Amino acid sequence: MTSASFPVISALDALTGALFLLTALGVVATRQVLASLQLFILQSLLLALSAVLLGIGLGSPHLLAVAAITIATKTLMIPWLLRHTVSAEVYRTREIERVLNIPSSLLISAVLIMVAYAVANPLLNAVDVPFAHVNLPLGIAAMFLGAFTIAVRREAVPQLLGLLAVENGVFFAGIAIVPNLPVIAELAAAVDVPVITLVIGLLTRQIHRRLGTTSVGRLAALREE
Amino acid sequence: MELAAILAVPALASGLSLSPLGRRFAALITLVAAAIVLGLAASVAIGVMRSGRLDALDQWLTCDALGALILLLVAFVGFTAAIFSWGYIGGRAEQQAKIQRYYCLYNLFLLSMLAVPLLANVALMWIAVELTTLLSAFLVGFEDTAEALEAAWKYVVLTTLGAVLALLGFLILYWGSRVAGLEPFTWVGLAEAAPHMPPALLWPAFLLILVGFGTKVGLVPMHTWLPDAHSQAPASICALLSGVETTTALYVILRLFPVVGSAPGLDARPWFIGFGLVSVGIATLLLIYVRDFKRMFAFSTVEHMGIILVAAGLGGAEAHIGAAYQITGHAIAKSFCFFAAGMTVMAAGTQEIAAVRGLIRSSPLSALALVAGGFAIAGAPPFAIFVSELVILKAGLTSGQYLAIALLAFFVVVAFCAVMFHVNRMAFGVPERDTPVKAAPLSCKVTLALAAIPLIAIGLYVPGPLQELLNAAASAMGG
Repeated sequence: MTSASFPVISALDALTGALFLLTALGVVATRQVLASLQLFILQSLLLALSAVLLGIGLGSPHLLAVAAITIATKTLMIPWLLRHTVSAEVYRTREIERVLNIPSSLLISAVLIMVAYAVANPLLNAVDVPFAHVNLPLGIAAMFLGAFTIAVRREAVPQLLGLLAVENGVFFAGIAIVPNLPVIAELAAAVDVPVITLVIGLLTRQIHRRLGTTSVGRLAALREE
Repeated sequence: MELAAILAVPALASGLSLSPLGRRFAALITLVAAAIVLGLAASVAIGVMRSGRLDALDQWLTCDALGALILLLVAFVGFTAAIFSWGYIGGRAEQQAKIQRYYCLYNLFLLSMLAVPLLANVALMWIAVELTTLLSAFLVGFEDTAEALEAAWKYVVLTTLGAVLALLGFLILYWGSRVAGLEPFTWVGLAEAAPHMPPALLWPAFLLILVGFGTKVGLVPMHTWLPDAHSQAPASICALLSGVETTTALYVILRLFPVVGSAPGLDARPWFIGFGLVSVGIATLLLIYVRDFKRMFAFSTVEHMGIILVAAGLGGAEAHIGAAYQITGHAIAKSFCFFAAGMTVMAAGTQEIAAVRGLIRSSPLSALALVAGGFAIAGAPPFAIFVSELVILKAGLTSGQYLAIALLAFFVVVAFCAVMFHVNRMAFGVPERDTPVKAAPLSCKVTLALAAIPLIAIGLYVPGPLQELLNAAASAMGG
């Protein structure tokens, strides 16, 4: 069974994957916190869409559950949590402080995407699974871009969004390689992501109250002399 | 039955900690819960020794010898740190709600660490490891200073990033076990599936988990958050973070070792030895230049984690017994050191090594504890780490891995000198000025006395049942 068996779904999934990667690039490049959050929500919707497509293509009801959980936690619960913990940080329009300018960031991102394809290739050669040739490399690429976002952003909420983008990348790859995984996806998505957001949101609020800033990249009291 | 009770007790205690009965009640209930957990863990360890493996709740919970060893150590440090908290946290003039929140999170943090060796399903275990970070984040930031919040931030972001990397590793591992045609996603199932898994899947999964959870273990170069978190958290929490939280993450990596080892054509050993030696080497260097004594103990944790990884990588029953013994010695000695450090902070009001001189005159008990703890973690006789390091070095020589052993021996000796130099100056140096000394709370002294018993005892004599547990745990790490 290869993905050639479902040409339409395959093509739709490839399109979803391309848009998914674009949102990941958007999270790297955007200047504003709110835009970052909106791109993350869009990315999560694309993840859910891909899960639905794969769920239909592979006849796996698990993936439909994954899609539902993704929408519930990442597009509804996370924005709600952020609004209630750090609304001033998210909804004030201003530029995000960053370490690297946008053109260089995008150039490095392009390299990271190529590395992702190189990493995914041996796995795909070893085992042929439908849809994995789209989802695995793109998921790994989104993961790299999320990690890169954390590295170049100096502020708390953008770093959190980078972290959640890494998680989205892992799940984008995960839905193709383990379409009927029993509890991992469900529980990890249902429990883990909101808890991460809540903990980091509350911590951000505490940092803001204590230090008057959320530029976590500037906190550098602790280091070896 | 005990397996489920071990998880239920701290869960109950965390809820009761928030009751309107107040902070003393929260402290008391935490102490009682920790004592019950320790008792249950001991009974689990005995049960495992009798029957090899315990199962509960329709095989959702399971425990073998390696799991029982980790469980026992977590429960022990959880108990001593609960006593230490009584005076160290409970005696403060903080708001009632904040103290109660501390105890609530303390119990939940303990629960997540106890769950790691007990959960049979590997995916659930991943969530438990992830929760150890998230539940302890506010305990790390408890002091609410700029430094503590910075430490908590780095801790959460870096270790969560590591855990998400590890998640991809576990997903690939599950993929591999499906390809191999085996369903249950447990450690036992994985060990059976591994020889049939495509190496192209198993290998990247192994590397992702090694790097991902290696971040939480504090392996160099992913260790940068560790000295911050382990120096800024309250001493009672440091004892848990350094003594056992790192070990629970390392436990997962050790579990993976026989899985990878049973696959044809794959060899994880060079990676274990390489990562381990780099960690030991860099930690040794940092130990020489360290200025803060809590950071010193944190770097010593990085060193010990490296040593355990090298021991696992050397292979063979001897080296693995050394690793199991080192895990035990580390948990007991490192938690003791952080209790001593907490007492020193209370007495001297600073964490700077240079600011503490002649502690033996101003606060003899803290000084004595620091010196004993320093000897114990540096690996001086008659403490357990001396014996375990000797076993590991000897095992490496027997199997002819001379270069690794030469480097390890060199680093261990330098680290020993560095730790003893710092501790010696703090305890016996000439004080520049007289500082007023506060008396330590009774509960802290009791903690030191209790923690000192196994500290001294297991170096001199390992009781028969414990030795059996160590041997069985070592064989669970594979040949």
